[in-house]
Amino acid sequence: MLNFKDAQINFMKQRKLALIISLTLIIASLLTLYFRGLNFGIDFTGGTLIEVHYPEPVGLEIVRPTLETHGYERAIVQHFGTSQDVLIRIAPREDEDSALLSNEIFRILQADFAGVLELRRVEFVGPQVGEELREQGGLAMLYALFGILIYIALRFEWRFSVGAVLALMHDVIITLGIFSLLQLDFDLGVLAALLAVIGYSLNDTIVVYDRIRENFRKLRKESAMQVMNLSINHTLSRTIITGVTTLLVLLALFFLGGSVLQNFALALIIGIVVGTYSSIYIAGALALMMGVDRSVMLPVKKEGASQPSLDEQQP
Amino acid sequence: MINQYPLWKYLLIVIVIAVGVVYSLPNLFPEDPAVQISNPATGVVDDITRGQINAVLSGQGLNPKAVEFDGTQSLLRFDNTEDQLQAADVLRTALGTSHVVALNLAPATPGWLRAINARPMSLGLDLRGGVHFLMEVDMAAVAGQAHERYTGEFRTLLRDARIRYLSVERISDGVAVRLRDAESRDEALRLLRRDYRGDLEFFSTQTGESYLIEARLSADHLTDLRRMALQQNISTLRNRVDELGVAEPLIQQQGEDRIVVQLPGVQDTARAKEVIGATATLEFRMVDEQNDALEAQSSGRIPPTSRLYRERDGSPILLQRRVMLTGDYITDASSGIAQDSGSPAVFINLDAQGARIFSRATGENVGRLMAVVFIETKVERVEENGQLVIRTQRVEEVINVARIQEQLGRRFQITGLESTREARNLALLLRAGALAAPMMIVEERTIGPSLGRDNIERGFNSVVIGFVLVLIFMALYYRVFGLIASFALTLNLVLIVAVLSLLQATLTLPGIAGMVLTVGMAVDANVLIFERIREELRNGNSPQAAIQAGYERAFSTIADANITTLIAAIVLFIFGTGPIKGFAVTLSIGIVVSMFTAIMVTRAIVNLSYGRQKRLKKLAI
Repeated sequence: MLNFKDAQINFMKQRKLALIISLTLIIASLLTLYFRGLNFGIDFTGGTLIEVHYPEPVGLEIVRPTLETHGYERAIVQHFGTSQDVLIRIAPREDEDSALLSNEIFRILQADFAGVLELRRVEFVGPQVGEELREQGGLAMLYALFGILIYIALRFEWRFSVGAVLALMHDVIITLGIFSLLQLDFDLGVLAALLAVIGYSLNDTIVVYDRIRENFRKLRKESAMQVMNLSINHTLSRTIITGVTTLLVLLALFFLGGSVLQNFALALIIGIVVGTYSSIYIAGALALMMGVDRSVMLPVKKEGASQPSLDEQQP
Repeated sequence: MINQYPLWKYLLIVIVIAVGVVYSLPNLFPEDPAVQISNPATGVVDDITRGQINAVLSGQGLNPKAVEFDGTQSLLRFDNTEDQLQAADVLRTALGTSHVVALNLAPATPGWLRAINARPMSLGLDLRGGVHFLMEVDMAAVAGQAHERYTGEFRTLLRDARIRYLSVERISDGVAVRLRDAESRDEALRLLRRDYRGDLEFFSTQTGESYLIEARLSADHLTDLRRMALQQNISTLRNRVDELGVAEPLIQQQGEDRIVVQLPGVQDTARAKEVIGATATLEFRMVDEQNDALEAQSSGRIPPTSRLYRERDGSPILLQRRVMLTGDYITDASSGIAQDSGSPAVFINLDAQGARIFSRATGENVGRLMAVVFIETKVERVEENGQLVIRTQRVEEVINVARIQEQLGRRFQITGLESTREARNLALLLRAGALAAPMMIVEERTIGPSLGRDNIERGFNSVVIGFVLVLIFMALYYRVFGLIASFALTLNLVLIVAVLSLLQATLTLPGIAGMVLTVGMAVDANVLIFERIREELRNGNSPQAAIQAGYERAFSTIADANITTLIAAIVLFIFGTGPIKGFAVTLSIGIVVSMFTAIMVTRAIVNLSYGRQKRLKKLAI
């Protein structure tokens, strides 16, 4: 059985190494984001997506020519989940009524499979709507980070809030980097997952910061670095257990939730692994580097008012 | 005795659990395939029709499981889908166009639950299949139509007041009136200002010999016009959707110029698009028999009182500019077969005023040719000079030319349609009314029924498996306390379902994902508390003190952590659209509910099991 009660890992000593690893990952992520970009789904680019189900496994070399002979050379055709399911994606074009495109494509494909071809899903997003969704998504991310920045600055101290937000950006950038590197579909679901990652990773960071604040009040002799280390060790078991339970359900979602939810679950899985790492190694280290010590924690004495008995109980 | 709860807290918990269980219960009952019958004209399915329904069904040997009438519409439940489909078919034929016969899945909630308003969550389109459209109303066309209307009104007004004008024309952002001299301009200006105060703003200028008045829509008036256009489009869409026979459609305004249309269970999206997106009307005009259409076409010299049209076969035809009658006066239209020719026909009923106009016009023209012009407006967005512009394309076609045999009255038929399907569509469009402004589909999401079923199944499986994995893990790691947390987690799920059912929220796949994530994160509160208790025990505190301190000290951390997650969820809700909103709602409800279950409920159980043991030596944690 896992037990973290004697955990005495010197996380702060490893902070330089951790920062180097993180910086490398961030730079690599930014590079791949810059050069390869994200594989935006039609939610953001606009376009048409059609998923059809064949009664038997079908090769793409049969589907593609059918579309090509009707003038849809630009259609992206791929299997989705199984070899019976085919996903067709078409970028918007100006000279055709794109709202009716999906019906046209289905009609063409049905010609050889009349009555047995099943239309599973159609998504059509007009270019205007795609642009709006992209804008709204970016804004949502910024507002979420901003709201969090303010809340932590109020509850803790500005160095913590900057540390937390930097750690969150670290998580988001690396998750985006992996999506860019593997060219995974980035759609609305993945965006929602990223925002959930922000929520989760923040949760983790707050728990660590909470303990740091408590320990600064309680332990008068230890240096700031020792306090940080102790706090991270104190909360280590919680950080890992919660990570494990959340990952358990996400793995269930990833393997059983179906193809539609797969990327959503994957984004969360990556984000939570990175987020757990950052709340252990990065968030505290950043606050420390910005000069957090006992003196900046003490003025917020008011915070302790709700639990005055703590200091008295502990020698 | 530090670990004791007052009686009221236990009672509160018991009550919340009881209410939660009762209100989540309806979700356990399956759904019956059903047929829903409503009457859009009167709003009520009357006794006679209900008797007719029963007679028709028993005549076909179809026995509904239950027949319900809620005061406005009838609901017939069937044992299987085959009976349901067959019943819908025979009822559609028997009741005709006066009633809407829609397929539906009716929840089989027992009466006593329905009596206390306990209903199941409604399933989103991604779980039950259906179509989601986002329509955008062409607001530029709204202003254009207003300009067009005022142009006509100005002409009439000036003519009636005997003010001579050079021209009244639509310009890009308003209407321009050109007059001969300053006196008539001032007179016209006075008149126009009197009649259109508030709605229009007038500016007068003088260029050379011509005196000009320009009229523009005031900002308030334009806003009003836009709002009204949107409202009218929504009600027209409602009528059309009723014609499609969809149970529980959703038609809702989104933003200033968009309308969301959700049609659960609709599979024929091509037909849905045809019906929803099309705008069509009819015009009746006399044929210009004095001039030759072919000659006019080749020479380009069209008589000033006529316009050149095309018939279906492509041949040109000259029609008089003056419209005898427009489609606005049509009160009812139905499709069928013309008895004399056997070709598809549309039978049209006019209102009193329309009948008066039409009978006078046809009476004056007996023995001459009359044409029926079918006008269809299609909207598409095209790129012009790098900018997206909405282009409205008006297709006008002469579908029928016939000699007027006699004076026509309220009811008459038009033929010349290509197929019965076209006749049906035209009748539907005429019946359902015109759109105030053209609309286009800017977003579509269709989920087939099989994918919907898969999604439910997979979503359900992943919740259950993920949930069981977490329960096992907690029980192994925290033993008795883990079991207590597991109970709290189960309760958490039950309460989320109960809250969603009470709010009558729509459950979607992202919503299920939110629930799964909540399961993972809700244990966090318990992990925090239990880790704290273990720590207190290691520090040498007595078990009772450790429990007390564990709960107390973990609280502020839990609150901080949950509030920040809640901030992220609320931001998601505010800025997210459809699917993201669903995710945000379940996540937020989950977080709030978990504060109750993970802290209060587990504490109550811990207090009940350990609180009274004064000599408690050891905790199973």
